Amino acid sequence: LSNPTSDPTIKLVEPPSSPLTEPFWDATRDRRLLLQWCRACEQAIFYPRESCPQCLSDDLEWREAAGTGTVYAVSVQHRAGPGRDEADGPYAVALVDLPEGVRLMTNVVGGAPDEVAVGQPVRVHWHPLADGRHLPFFERT
Amino acid sequence: MPPTSGTSGGPGGERTLRGRAAIVGVADAASPTGELELSGRALEAAMVREALDDAGLTLADVDGVCYAGMATGIAEYLGIHPRFIDGTMVGGSSYELHVEHAAAAIAAGLCDVVVSVYAATPRSDRKRGKPGGFGPQPGPNPMMEWELPYGLRLPMGAYALAASRHMAMYGTTSEQLAQIAVSTRQWATLNPRARYQDPITIDDVLASPMQSSPLHLLDCCLVTDGAGAFVMTSADRARDLAKPPVVVLGAATCGDHQMISQMPDLATTAGAVSGPAAFAMAGVTPGDVDLLMGYDSFTITALLHLEDLGFCAKGEGGAFVEDGRLGPGGAFPMNTNGGGLSYTHPGMYGMFLIAEAVRQLRGEAGARQLDGPEIAVAHGSGGVLSTMGTLVLGTEATL
Repeated sequence: LSNPTSDPTIKLVEPPSSPLTEPFWDATRDRRLLLQWCRACEQAIFYPRESCPQCLSDDLEWREAAGTGTVYAVSVQHRAGPGRDEADGPYAVALVDLPEGVRLMTNVVGGAPDEVAVGQPVRVHWHPLADGRHLPFFERT
Repeated sequence: MPPTSGTSGGPGGERTLRGRAAIVGVADAASPTGELELSGRALEAAMVREALDDAGLTLADVDGVCYAGMATGIAEYLGIHPRFIDGTMVGGSSYELHVEHAAAAIAAGLCDVVVSVYAATPRSDRKRGKPGGFGPQPGPNPMMEWELPYGLRLPMGAYALAASRHMAMYGTTSEQLAQIAVSTRQWATLNPRARYQDPITIDDVLASPMQSSPLHLLDCCLVTDGAGAFVMTSADRARDLAKPPVVVLGAATCGDHQMISQMPDLATTAGAVSGPAAFAMAGVTPGDVDLLMGYDSFTITALLHLEDLGFCAKGEGGAFVEDGRLGPGGAFPMNTNGGGLSYTHPGMYGMFLIAEAVRQLRGEAGARQLDGPEIAVAHGSGGVLSTMGTLVLGTEATL
């Protein structure tokens, strides 16, 4: 079963990185998913910040995530969104809840996009970027 | 309506804004073609002139300016030297926040007469080849890094995610969302300025092209030119002006995110905070409301307002709208101008909620006039369900 968004040649906007987020993106070169954690209040943080949005502590560190998640919400884009090519076809954009307690936006690939549903378990699927980094997609398990 | 007990407001719990200020002039511009002749400052100036005429005031009376952007530009253009400036820019609900802030400024004596104005002509701009659009600012920022690579269409995709969540949580159906578009279009058939005036059916909505699932084309607001303005002053001064004043009974704001991936609960908006706060300030309950002007950027947006403001219970919005009660002759009229779905939507639609609420409360709404409404709610939603501004507006008899 093929899905256009699992194709490394699909067109998309490659994410910029900053000194703050470089550890995250460097880890994706080895297909590892890192999350920022606050050592003061033991909360995972997403998106990465300079200080904890719960307690404002700047005592933060990167820890590897399990790489699993659950679909929280999903919408199939029937027309190409920003940076995408209409020829690549419809694709599923989802919000995925990670067991670490954070939610992130992603594409769920593998299988027909219309079959992605709220509540489904998913795991990370690394989409290669031109510069050697990977973009975290998810696939159904 | 007499105040009951102090449940909101400032120190000591008094309702600090209730009945202190009034909307005394309104204007809005839209066309069935979706396009307007004027644009830019010229269109803004026309709206200000029309709203001041409506109020029986002149530019010389104005000493306060609200503008969703650099307020100094329009103030300079019009020759206003404002004592009060509010540049609040939170997207489409900016104008509900302007009313709240202007009411506070007038109540505190910072100024006497405030004007807020808006004009946008995205439809004409596109024809002229001018760039537009809704999305992230260029350069490194969280949205570029964590959302944009995934190709979500904005703003519609964000609302589609909310609809997806609401459907999964509460069993809300595409048919129920479509009914909101159908009822709103029924109102638009009574508005000669509405962009779309032909009735539609639920089947029409479901047969319109899927955009970002589960939202179809007819679940989405229009892209039109449009403009509007309002004028506010103190409740005392309002009594001597051209038209019956529409008093601000309650006003409240709440925002809980900017990016959709940071929204705490996609099935519950910050309107669940701003709504009850505005009602408490006004001393009214949802059952007292004769008209809801609820920002309908998408059908799901309006459904969330119905629940979050307490017109029905959380999760019951779908069943609430099913019998067509939102439309003409229905038990709970909503968006009598035809809404963002069928009347006009130039990008930041909140101004039109205020204009229609005022016209209905004055009895000026023509073929779509409700029978003697006394309390109207204008509830704006800005960004991607990000910032909610709730206004409870009333006739003078409600004071």
